[in-house]
Amino acid sequence: MEKRCTDSQVKGVSTGTTILAATFDGGVVIGSDSRASIGGEYVSSKTINKVIQVHDRIFSCIAGSLADAQAVTKAAKFHLSFHSVQMETPPLVIAAASVLKELCYKNKDELQAGFITAGWDRKNGPQVYVVSLGGMLISQPVTIGGSGSTYIYGYVDAKYKPNMSKEECLQFATNALALAMGRDNVSGGVAHLVVVTESGVEHVVVPGDKLPKFHDE
Amino acid sequence: MALSNVFETPAPGFNFDNTSRNAALEGLFDGGQTPKPMKTGTTIAGVVFKDGVVLGADTRATSSEVVADKMCAKIHYIAPNIYCCGAGTAADTEKTTDILSSNLTIFSLNSGRNPRVVMAVSILQDMLYRYRGQIGANLILGGVDCTGNHLYTVGPYGSVNKVPYLSMGSGDLAALGILEDGFKHDMELEEAKELVRLAIHAGIMSDLGSGNNIDICVITRQGVDYIRPYQVSEYKDNRKTKYKYRPGTTPVLTEKVVRLKLEVVQESMQRMDTA
Repeated sequence: MEKRCTDSQVKGVSTGTTILAATFDGGVVIGSDSRASIGGEYVSSKTINKVIQVHDRIFSCIAGSLADAQAVTKAAKFHLSFHSVQMETPPLVIAAASVLKELCYKNKDELQAGFITAGWDRKNGPQVYVVSLGGMLISQPVTIGGSGSTYIYGYVDAKYKPNMSKEECLQFATNALALAMGRDNVSGGVAHLVVVTESGVEHVVVPGDKLPKFHDE
Repeated sequence: MALSNVFETPAPGFNFDNTSRNAALEGLFDGGQTPKPMKTGTTIAGVVFKDGVVLGADTRATSSEVVADKMCAKIHYIAPNIYCCGAGTAADTEKTTDILSSNLTIFSLNSGRNPRVVMAVSILQDMLYRYRGQIGANLILGGVDCTGNHLYTVGPYGSVNKVPYLSMGSGDLAALGILEDGFKHDMELEEAKELVRLAIHAGIMSDLGSGNNIDICVITRQGVDYIRPYQVSEYKDNRKTKYKYRPGTTPVLTEKVVRLKLEVVQESMQRMDTA
């Protein structure tokens, strides 16, 4: 195991990844790839789940060290569940994002994990928040993260439109993930997509060979 | 927050009491090469099949270039329905699985239930994450509970992954090749055992840190079949003489008995109320 930990900054298994979330008319689409690597050289898992459900209508995508991300989301799940029992109402998406932000900010020296929190709540409808490595929290209509995101900034800027339909948004997210996975060596596997609306949650898994192909493939 | 299964809450932070002891021990070697901790440079594998889980492991434990133990048991008991293979530092995997097993037994006694595999995984993840990779334990947990047949991997930094087949240790790449090629969903028992045996065998042949015999552990709803060894290495050597000596080999020349004088220093009595 140790021989594979090269000079990567992240210790242990990292999720060198592509994650994204986008709001559409009536909900959000959250997506990620499924590759986990050690030292950027060895794929330790082809089927890791990076879209984690922290509450009924709130999901969190993880990037960075897998151990740190899993530990933080575990703590966040507990806090949110406790919070919603106390308030006797489902938590707001901003609450979920804040819980993650507190954990990341207070422990910024030890942790190496970033998150995209997205979901739907009754008060503000569909929202997307990004919590970066140091604990910054901002709200955006569409956001991308992880090492693979650098390759799709142009695509996202050009192709995203607010208030798309669900199908358009799903296609946009699938294309974005496929483009990133095609260029980034530490992103790959299958594309996990989750659609969250007022009525419920829908999981879509696109296997690697069914991803959209572009001109050079 | 105390979990009902754990005997006492762990103290926050890390316990580095042993670093001063290690420094003192290193002083004894006067700058020479200190012995490396025993690692299990290992091949371990696990496969989920139709009726349960099959775990396999080699039996070699190495200390640098020397084989320290030829018949090391790498498949550890966690609960009647959960077993764990460990790769990495031998002491770490032993102790971690021991602690986990104790905690789960207490939980079983308190709650009257059999533990679930996810619970074992959760406890392990918490413990290993707290120690930030200092505990060098790469574990494969397999078990059967009321929710089904499960196989999980836990890394030394505390990352968890749920998988249908898996191998770990220094021989994992060789074993993984066999598993990737031969794995099918819902295999029969004999197929699964053969696949795991082949995977461990590949690890033993291609990796210097793995070797000797192959152990297999089959866990199903009906019970556990721990076959140790499942396959004995064909390279076993035959010692020409024995190291055991008959009683009487060393003659007794004289015998002297000294009675120890003990005196009662303090005596106290406490009445106990019995119903």
